Amino acid sequence: MTFGHKHILGMDQFSADDITRILDTADSFKEISTREIKKVPTLRGKTIINIFFEASTRTRASFEIAEKRLSADTLNISASTSALVKGETLEDTARNLEAMHPDIIVIRHGHSGAPHYLAERCNFSVVNAGDGAHEHPSQALLDLMTIREKKGTIGGLTVAIVGDIAHSRVARSNIIALNTMGARVRLAGPRTLLPTGAERLGAEIHTDMQSALEGADVVMMLRIQQERQGRTLLPSTREYSRFFGLNPNNLQLAKDDAIVMHPGPMNRGVEIASSVADGDRNVILDQVENGVAVRMALLYLISGGDKLAE
Amino acid sequence: MKLLIKGGRLLDPANGIDDQRDLLIEEGIVVAVGNGLNADDAQVLDVSNRLVVPGLIDIHVHLREPGYEYKEDVLSGTRAAVAGGYTSVACMPNTDPINDNKSVTAYILQKAADAGLANVFPVGAISKGLKGESLAEMGELREAGCVAVSDDGRPVMDGEIMRRAMEYASTFGLPVISHAEDLTLVAGGVMNDSFVATELGLKGIPWVAEDAMVARDVMLAEFTGARLHIAHVSTRGAVEIIRAAQKRGVLVTAEATPHHFILTDEAVRGYNTNAKMNPPLRSADDLAAIREGLADGTIGVIATDHAPHHRDEKNVEFNIALNGIVGLETALPLTLKLVDEGVLTLGQAIDRLSSGPALALGLHRGQLTAGHVADITVIDLDARWTLDAGQLRSKSKNTPFAGWTFKGAVSHTLVAGQLVFDRLETGNP
Repeated sequence: MTFGHKHILGMDQFSADDITRILDTADSFKEISTREIKKVPTLRGKTIINIFFEASTRTRASFEIAEKRLSADTLNISASTSALVKGETLEDTARNLEAMHPDIIVIRHGHSGAPHYLAERCNFSVVNAGDGAHEHPSQALLDLMTIREKKGTIGGLTVAIVGDIAHSRVARSNIIALNTMGARVRLAGPRTLLPTGAERLGAEIHTDMQSALEGADVVMMLRIQQERQGRTLLPSTREYSRFFGLNPNNLQLAKDDAIVMHPGPMNRGVEIASSVADGDRNVILDQVENGVAVRMALLYLISGGDKLAE
Repeated sequence: MKLLIKGGRLLDPANGIDDQRDLLIEEGIVVAVGNGLNADDAQVLDVSNRLVVPGLIDIHVHLREPGYEYKEDVLSGTRAAVAGGYTSVACMPNTDPINDNKSVTAYILQKAADAGLANVFPVGAISKGLKGESLAEMGELREAGCVAVSDDGRPVMDGEIMRRAMEYASTFGLPVISHAEDLTLVAGGVMNDSFVATELGLKGIPWVAEDAMVARDVMLAEFTGARLHIAHVSTRGAVEIIRAAQKRGVLVTAEATPHHFILTDEAVRGYNTNAKMNPPLRSADDLAAIREGLADGTIGVIATDHAPHHRDEKNVEFNIALNGIVGLETALPLTLKLVDEGVLTLGQAIDRLSSGPALALGLHRGQLTAGHVADITVIDLDARWTLDAGQLRSKSKNTPFAGWTFKGAVSHTLVAGQLVFDRLETGNP
């Protein structure tokens, strides 16, 4: 059975069956990273370019490790060294990359829709590693993998996503993916950080932390970007932390076995108290570990590797 | 030299005429209107089965000359105009150099005379350099040929400057055209602030950015008694504020663009940069309000905001694409869609494209009784055609309507009795 997707642009392209297939594949890849020799020849001879127009440590490292463990030839281009800073257009960048015949481009870009722009114009596969405030599909998939691993299922769970929903591509992708898998999604944050039409996203909207956390199976905290405070969206991180930060007290409102997630990088003491970030409910490093497996699965599936395996 | 336009259905909304009529033209002026007119020495233009209307007037175009000739120039822009049935256009001052002084106005008018196609009525700047800081020399702009003032594209944020601009402009009988947007509320947005923006992860421009500024400018017009024209209305609130002000007797007119009464923000999906406009495409409810405003006359003008941009300025990430689309060659058939859909009568549609705009800017055109300039558009209402963007006369091809099939096409355009466009000659609509 072929995967049927050439690109990974957003969670809206996947059915529940697609997502289950990706997670199952990721589960089978996870073990590779624990071997003595952490490498399989699956993508030998494939060329993958990671082009990051925005700074990233975790996502970029995760993709690169995933690629290397599958034996692909990889190349990294970052904004500071790319021709973009010299005024090259995205179209010209794309054409030049295309001329080198890569198989896959993994792109992170500050403008929503940039990966779609490449996918429409180029022959290679495009993997969206985060575009503007739009989507971050591999992050949502690693979150789903972690939830499924810890909870055994995704459908029927109550997931509270707390923080800067308006500017978060992680939130967008997770809301879509969790809805597709039949979870109940709650969004919480001050109204300045909730997007227009949030109620139409298929989620309950909460402007207080307590009601959002009550009875939740999963608590997903989003990073508060320091640059958002002080101007118009937030008066201070101190006040934010008081009303929307996750701490040992309000975490008690969630189910006893609730897990705590964060896509990183964390602001300890702002959206999440250190004692919670390091506490026994946190699965934050499981997310990072699963990120490599999920990205291996995605690269494998869009490369048609599944056909090789059959 | 006489010309007899024979056999057509004359629709002259300003004079309540919709009937079989011939027009006799002499020296560029309509000299007789009637049935079965004959003149042995006249050249005859047979327009049987055609609709004959006052030449269309677009009071909101960007001809881009001087300074941005790679996008458009006066010649290519007026070529597009006459192909779209327009006999007159008013061009906005955001050129380089900016039309904030009489020498730029004179330059544009010279180029228009050289082109010899549509009438060009320059709109001068409200403020020097469009900076919103100090008033442009409106008296001289008027003398040089400007018919209105506007800082189009750059809202005048300072209330005091706008107040004085209205007072000063009215000294010279110039209407003030307001691009009404509170930039502090626009705050870097790139499309309508809506659920679509949320789904696409794009920053929104809320309707209140327009409503708040329309309200301010309408109140300033009431306060100063000046003549105000609100450009490209895009929101329900703006329509309602203008309607209420008109009822109170405030001298405010308004225009809507075809894209704002045909498309909604759904058109942005897929990050379509030809759906990126300023003001942005809005919701279905806003679109309905604009249609209501056009029907009841609150919005008396259809204008295109013809905004040519080079391919390289549109073929980029949505956030950094420039705003606007070309409109001169699609406005008539898009307006006729409203007639087909029962939103406007044919008479209302032609009024909003000709007599309405003439009235808004005080141009002595837009009607076809004896004594008026023979600016005439002849329309084939039944012609069906499909838009191939590559065939546009405009230098720029930035349109969201490529591939659309239209009903109704311009068959002839005459400016001061001179045939400047004939569809049969060009071989395509």
